[in-house]
Amino acid sequence: MTSPVTDAQAAPTRAGVRVRLDGLRRRYGAVTALDGVDLTIEPGELVALLGPSGCGKTTTLRLLAGLEDADEGRITVGGRDITRLPASKRDMGMVFQAYSLFPHMTVRENVAFGLRLRRAPRAGRDRRALEMLELVGLTQQADRYAHQISGGQQQRVALARALAIQPTVLLLDEPLSALDAKVRAQLRDQIRRIQLEVGITTLFVTHDQEEALAIADRVGVMKEGRIEQLGPPTEVYSRPATPFVAEFVGLTNRLAGEVRGGQVTVRGMTLPLVDQAVPDGPAIALVRPEAVTLASGVAGAGGALAGSVIGVTFLGATSRVSVDLGDTTVLAQLPTSEVGSLPPGGHVTLAIRPDPVLVAQDSQAVPEA
Amino acid sequence: MASVAPLAAIAAQSGTAPDTRRGMRGAKRYRLNAFRYLIFCVFGLFFLVPLLAMARFSVEGTRPGQFSLSAWTQIPSYPGLLSAIEITLELALLTCAVILLLVVPTLIWIQLRVRWISRAVEFLCLLPLTIPAIVLVVGLAPIYNYIRHYNLSALQLFWVYGILALPYSSRALAAGLGAVDLKTLSEAARSLGASWLTVIWRIVVPNMWQALLNAMLLTTALVLGEFTVAVTLLYTNLQTALYYISRDTNNAGVLFSTSTGALVFAFMLLMILSYVGRRRRRRRG
Amino acid sequence: MSASGARPVGAGRRIPLAWAGVIPFLGYLGVFLLLPTGIVLWGAIRAQHGPGLTLSGLKLLVSPTVRFYFVNSIELSGITAVMGALLGAILAYAIATGNPDGLIRRVYIAGSGVLAQFGGVTLAFAFLATVGPAGILMHASWYFDYPQGIGLIYLYFQIPLMVVVFLPAIDGLKIQWREATANLGGSTWQYWRHVGVPLLRPAFFGATLLLFANALSAFATIQAWDNQIAYVVPQQINTSIISEVGLASPNEPQILALGMIILVAVVMTGYALLQRRTARWLR
Repeated sequence: MTSPVTDAQAAPTRAGVRVRLDGLRRRYGAVTALDGVDLTIEPGELVALLGPSGCGKTTTLRLLAGLEDADEGRITVGGRDITRLPASKRDMGMVFQAYSLFPHMTVRENVAFGLRLRRAPRAGRDRRALEMLELVGLTQQADRYAHQISGGQQQRVALARALAIQPTVLLLDEPLSALDAKVRAQLRDQIRRIQLEVGITTLFVTHDQEEALAIADRVGVMKEGRIEQLGPPTEVYSRPATPFVAEFVGLTNRLAGEVRGGQVTVRGMTLPLVDQAVPDGPAIALVRPEAVTLASGVAGAGGALAGSVIGVTFLGATSRVSVDLGDTTVLAQLPTSEVGSLPPGGHVTLAIRPDPVLVAQDSQAVPEA
Repeated sequence: MASVAPLAAIAAQSGTAPDTRRGMRGAKRYRLNAFRYLIFCVFGLFFLVPLLAMARFSVEGTRPGQFSLSAWTQIPSYPGLLSAIEITLELALLTCAVILLLVVPTLIWIQLRVRWISRAVEFLCLLPLTIPAIVLVVGLAPIYNYIRHYNLSALQLFWVYGILALPYSSRALAAGLGAVDLKTLSEAARSLGASWLTVIWRIVVPNMWQALLNAMLLTTALVLGEFTVAVTLLYTNLQTALYYISRDTNNAGVLFSTSTGALVFAFMLLMILSYVGRRRRRRRG
Repeated sequence: MSASGARPVGAGRRIPLAWAGVIPFLGYLGVFLLLPTGIVLWGAIRAQHGPGLTLSGLKLLVSPTVRFYFVNSIELSGITAVMGALLGAILAYAIATGNPDGLIRRVYIAGSGVLAQFGGVTLAFAFLATVGPAGILMHASWYFDYPQGIGLIYLYFQIPLMVVVFLPAIDGLKIQWREATANLGGSTWQYWRHVGVPLLRPAFFGATLLLFANALSAFATIQAWDNQIAYVVPQQINTSIISEVGLASPNEPQILALGMIILVAVVMTGYALLQRRTARWLR
């Protein structure tokens, strides 16, 4: 094993390695947490695992870290089987949800701690710690204690500490979930920038779909111990493989319709299906708010999609409009500039862009996003 | 979805509780458990054997090895013992009354209206911890000489016992007061037209009855076990009565039966206390 | 008197009368806590002959007869505090590493809360029944020896007290710290050496000081254990108040009491300082 101490002088960049998880299974008593997870992370890639709490995403990360043992399956890093290796021998940098900094050490001592465990000489590890603090922009805070800096700064220190040992893999366990919305977005971008700069293979676990889509090369959506879909963010968002993914990744309107011959008819509008093989019959079409367009006034002969505006939520560049169709409510997301002409109570006509949509049977449960 | 719910519960639990089961591997865990059970057995014996020995002696007859309840049945007729028990129970009631009628309203009032004094009062409430009872009693002797001019009863001890109980009861009460957002609740009630008395009686007290019960139980346990002040000021309560029996007579039987009885009683009080405390934690979590 | 704390105050006189509700309580504390303490201090520094103040009484504190009691007190408290702290810490660790909702933990926590309060004369009787001259377990020939006999009895409340004050500190060690150490390449031994022990050290010393003060103040148990000889300061204070003959000085009780106040104040200040650091680290 190459000691990270000896090459502590080297540039922070280290070629990423390939990580493979094969058929990982893990049970807690009667509960199956992981039900056969296969995942390959390419060298230098950032994969985000996304899902509701209890879906197995954190368990996957902890198995990779060696903090828990898999009941079945194999983990290889850079071609080497590490399934039975204890956590302390795995050379993985991990950033926890919160409160992982040692409170009796300064920021600098925290970052240097991994090198101290490896008995690196003091001068070398101090230099390395400062380099890492520079990377996360916290050299000013080097001699403070954890309780003297903000939550966002604490997570940056945790990142610096994880990277200081030049790990083979970086593991991020919901590192942003305890932070304010604004800090969260900033730190998210900073993590991504540093990850690209260092070129380290990274697994990122989160329950926040926006976060996952923004940061990852590929997103894996998990449900009940399995990966439902794995793909680039755009693909997961625009072509969800299952109704679960569709509902979990982004808001979705559920509209009753009828499937016939590979198409679904919703209130007189015909939309193509993602999955042509759906049998004919009644179904629920899942329609993205962005696919809904609105025109003011009552169209033609009072089409099936005439409704009235209930309310408008301003989101910045876009706005979300809820429209009452009489028997259901539909959300539409529009550029804010187009919303000005839609006063609450006003009549509108609704149209749906003919993008391929997914359909769900009524019984298929979907989580609250 | 049903299968996800219990797992979420497990995840939530292990996130908050100090649970080392996660992340520890089999063999290590096994060795740790062997160590733990050994420790529990050794300490368990150390704590249990003296109690059992005392209980054992309380049912010993005149000859060794003989079983007899005579030590228990002679408690009521033993000279002075019953009155000492009565006095002690009355003292417990009086001391609880001091806490309920003086300390509780004052602490609530401070939280509601005179926040700036709360740090100083907190300090005063904890002060008896740093002034041992035996020290306090040196200064109390002249004060009690004065009190004895008017009243000779041992019940007068309740004045000091209120002070001795103050650190424990005030901490229990502070925990109860801290658990409710007193400021917001009282402002809400005041804006609905409640008087301050109504706020305290109808809003604050119902929200902290468990803390009140805690404070009462702790106070009672303290009074039941108090010896130092009573013996130095030459009053008779339960503990001093037992002490005089052990010093002046050889009636070991009644000594052990009364001690066991008092102990079981105090145990029950404090067990109720720990049970109440746990239920409150559960509900909050 | 007591109800006035809760008396509603008219809206017009809000500010001046709000603090008046605290007066009965402060009055009570004044008479039964502050006044006695003042009497002790005053008695200790008042000149015995004629008016004025003197520190000559304090010389008594270092005289051989009085020093005997203080040395004994510190010895007994020191030994039982250190042993109680070590044993209690081991027990607390065993409890902390178990199931947080388990029966063993609940029983031990509840039991410790009870036993930590359980000094008193009954404790001496319980040990008399166990290892006294007719004890059912054995007759320990050293049962009436100072300090081992009484020291054993003191451990009976010192160990549970340690569990009560030290368990929260162990529970405060976050699992993330252990895992972060493992991730950074640290062994279990390294975790304890660099993280666990340094974090718990202030809490441990603080708790030891608390145990020391606790044993220092204890009186009932040792008096019931042996009422023939005064070994420790509280016993001698009791003797000097009751007998008032054969005293080293007429104000001996006050001077002994002052010595106790100083000793306990120093110890509790140390405890408070260590506790503050612990509170910041192990929340």
